[in-house]
Amino acid sequence: MAPAIELSDVGRAYGERTALSGVTLTLEPGRTLAVFGANGAGKSTLLRILATLLRPHAGRARVLGRDLPQDGWAVRGRVGLLAHDPMLYRELSARENLRFHARLHGVDETRVEALLDQVGLRRRADEPVRMLSRGMTQRVAICRVSLHEPELLLLDEPLANLDPGAAEAVEPLIGRSAGPARVLISHDVEHGLAEADLVLGLKAGRPALLAPAASVTARDVRGLY
Amino acid sequence: MAGAAPTAEARAAEAPRDHAGGGFASAVSALVRKDLRLELRTRESVPAMFLFSLSTFVLFRFGLDRESLEGDLASGVLWVTLLFAAVLGMNRLFVAEREEGGFDAFLLAPVDRTSLFVAKAAVLFGFLVAVEVAAIPAFAVLLLGPSPFQALPGLLAILLLADVGIAVIGTLVGALAIQTRARDLIVPLISLPLVLPVVIAAGHATAPLFAEAGAEALPARWLGVLGLYDLVFGLLALAVFDFLLED
Repeated sequence: MAPAIELSDVGRAYGERTALSGVTLTLEPGRTLAVFGANGAGKSTLLRILATLLRPHAGRARVLGRDLPQDGWAVRGRVGLLAHDPMLYRELSARENLRFHARLHGVDETRVEALLDQVGLRRRADEPVRMLSRGMTQRVAICRVSLHEPELLLLDEPLANLDPGAAEAVEPLIGRSAGPARVLISHDVEHGLAEADLVLGLKAGRPALLAPAASVTARDVRGLY
Repeated sequence: MAGAAPTAEARAAEAPRDHAGGGFASAVSALVRKDLRLELRTRESVPAMFLFSLSTFVLFRFGLDRESLEGDLASGVLWVTLLFAAVLGMNRLFVAEREEGGFDAFLLAPVDRTSLFVAKAAVLFGFLVAVEVAAIPAFAVLLLGPSPFQALPGLLAILLLADVGIAVIGTLVGALAIQTRARDLIVPLISLPLVLPVVIAAGHATAPLFAEAGAEALPARWLGVLGLYDLVFGLLALAVFDFLLED
């Protein structure tokens, strides 16, 4: 089985500014990569490259055994991206949003109801997303990401705004037990380390730390900030 | 957005291994339904387009100091007004996609990207038709001299053909402009020159229908020009739309 992610000297610039450079790593299926770094360190850029939303300007990127960007079309639909933006239409209800995404992904609508049940939102499912709290909106976004059962989860602060009960409810969808390989961006160092198999630390777009999670301490990570 | 578009054969070959998505028609239908639902909830486009048309008719009535118009002048006033109203719709066509992450969510779905173009063009076409259903009677009451009833069948044909052209260009320009900060400026600056042939052809085709002595025969030549414009720009838009979504 091909690695979930293979990056070799991957870089990306926005105009003159280098956002990411020299990232080389391999992540096996079912494993979790935790990415740490200060604001602007290149974490979100890395996530967007892996999601096929950004083209790498340098190096070689393979996701789920396919080369990016040329095979990006074959990767879409196999990854799930949970970014800062929940990617939900505020005027539509949670159910309408999820049904819309289910149709785009060719997923049966019964899965929408199952997911709403799982995250405890069935009762509020017909309210516009703008009426939901941030935590509830995050739960809907997690449902959106999980709808098509992706093989690679790209998660940017997935537990932001979630209370402990909600965090527990989404664990089977995006937690370690969910099964797919994961890339996890978190500012909660202890949580990130506990979830990770591999740790990548970015500083000004360059890898400053790349090691198995077992050999990384919270102090090592805090040194990145 | 990264990644070149695959050939149909490549997609078919990958289908058993990769998520096939919901298919082109299903994606278009989902996108259209979503946009119509959003418009019904927010009422941001169609009412604004209609009110703009109405205000413009009133302005023309007093600006020209004429109680009724006919022929070329009536046709020109109608088409210029409808075109500017359409620009309002073009400006808002991709706003929800941009501001609420819909672009990224769509680009992550395993569907043909031209489905977004087809859906948005269909939605803009629908908005134009909805506006015209109310704006044409208002035009007839406020400005048009001759009876509109005789002109109606021909006018419907012209409106439909012109709306297709405006929707195609509007969708293309809307998608281009939404990537920029100067959306409100870019849309009219690019779209107005591009739809000029539509206004010329539609204006020429409509003028005989508004003749003072009653509707004359529909000029087939100008209908042909509209049809040809729709075909050429429709194919062109389908060919280039993917590139507008590229990273």
